[in-house]
Amino acid sequence: MSAEVVDSNPYSRLMALKRMGIVNNYEEIRSFSVAIVGIGGVGSVAAEMLTRCGIGRLLLYDYDTVELANMNRLFFRPEQAGMTKTDAAVQTLVGINPDVDLESYTINITTVDGFKTFIESLTRDNKRKRNTGGSKSGVDLVLSCVDNYEARMVVNQACNELGQTWMESGVSEDAVSGHIQLLIPGETACFACAPPLVVASGVDERTLKREGVCAASLPTTMGIVAGLLVQNSLKYLLQFGQVSKYLGYSALKDFFPTMELRPNPQCANLACRQRQGEYEAAKPARDLAARAKADADAAEAALASKVPVHDENEWNISLVDDDEGVAPLGVVAGQQGSAGYLPEGLLRELPDAEVFDESARTEEAFVKPEGDLDDLQKQLEALNAF
Amino acid sequence: MEGWDVNTKSTVAKIPLLTTRAGPRDGELWTQRRKEEFMALIKYMEMNKAKDSDWFRIAPNADGTKWKGKCWYVHNLLKYEFDLQFDIPVTYPATAPELELPELDGKTAKMYRGGKICLTIHFKPLWAKNCPRFGIAHALCLGLGPWLAAEVPHLVDTGVIQHKEKQSQSSSGP
Repeated sequence: MSAEVVDSNPYSRLMALKRMGIVNNYEEIRSFSVAIVGIGGVGSVAAEMLTRCGIGRLLLYDYDTVELANMNRLFFRPEQAGMTKTDAAVQTLVGINPDVDLESYTINITTVDGFKTFIESLTRDNKRKRNTGGSKSGVDLVLSCVDNYEARMVVNQACNELGQTWMESGVSEDAVSGHIQLLIPGETACFACAPPLVVASGVDERTLKREGVCAASLPTTMGIVAGLLVQNSLKYLLQFGQVSKYLGYSALKDFFPTMELRPNPQCANLACRQRQGEYEAAKPARDLAARAKADADAAEAALASKVPVHDENEWNISLVDDDEGVAPLGVVAGQQGSAGYLPEGLLRELPDAEVFDESARTEEAFVKPEGDLDDLQKQLEALNAF
Repeated sequence: MEGWDVNTKSTVAKIPLLTTRAGPRDGELWTQRRKEEFMALIKYMEMNKAKDSDWFRIAPNADGTKWKGKCWYVHNLLKYEFDLQFDIPVTYPATAPELELPELDGKTAKMYRGGKICLTIHFKPLWAKNCPRFGIAHALCLGLGPWLAAEVPHLVDTGVIQHKEKQSQSSSGP
């Protein structure tokens, strides 16, 4: 990747980030693989941003086709109507930056077959494969840009099984709020640890008209969320700035709530609990590294303190560490219910699973699993027959 | 349980609950779950037939991941019948199956692409609360049944769908 400042170098303004001291290693962008699930209003724009940034390899997943009803969003063009979103995206992205390796998968990942293909494509060994820290995955980051809970839970399942870090994004059905969330299996809450968080629209929910429509959308909200998602991705991949754990966006109030989510030890997802166990087991090594870094920082600080910044401190002004005074935001569903503590402006989209009241258990309440599968299927078929 | 009529509420309360939390990738446990699904469906169908309110047919493929059948709704004494299909998602039962009526794809706003019905804002919260106790029978009772009751009369009255016999009469007529 050339840093030469000439009009013909597509990367000159990106490589300038190095000279400005923002990013130390921008050229590494060429070595990253990113999977984008859902090539709609957010995913397609995220794909274009990463393509223009010179990402190494993009894997694109969608089973849908382009429709004229999509034209209120960015990226797709009317003449692409009828094409699969993956094909149309590849067509445009190749034209923008032929350096990017593009793979497209026209599959529904929520089905058993689709999921198999999804996992295979994520784990495929490729020449670009970096040190993925023991993960089974062949990509560096998965971006979820889907529009439904079911598909998010499938991305969550795959990433928990592979130990793959991913980012979730979403735009509300009323088009006026959105969010991004970083999920590191075992370290942060997984998508199944607690019911999903949504940003309150800021208007009285009861005044929202839901009848007769499925979803509204705006190119602005979608573009903003795609921008937040890719910005967070660049910071995560190239290790600069602060990577957000959860960042919400309320368009009506221009309000951006943030929070952190710790994993739920009683998460219903087995793979999540396994990753939590591994993360816990690796704590001594993490502590050791943290101590070494703290010592190094202290040594540096000691050196710096030899030269006083100010001789006087009339107002007793001192710097406080960012982490101090932060309330424990992690939501431990099993202990307090998911209501827990939520920052202003965030809501739970779904309730927790309720524990069955055993005192209400009666003979007839539950099926009694007995008999042979084939016999039962025959009984059902008999009922189907008349 | 707001959002449903009294009849649906009393019916769903009689469908037996399931106990095994397992999806199609869970081997033996999936077999166990399928047995429970069959038993709940059998009970539900028997109840419907006994009440003379039979309204669907459904059967799975060999591994229980793809289900196909029919469902119908009677409006103004005419029966409107539709093909019904759905996949069991890999994350089942944490997520409910997405019920599809492919013949109605593109004919109503209360539907996602591919003919997946839009469920009420009440359905998913109730499914989440009752995971893993609710199964396919509960999804049909609380999801598809009320959807047909709300949408079919509207689709017929607005002329979007026509009764099949009437349709064939008018097309074969002079």
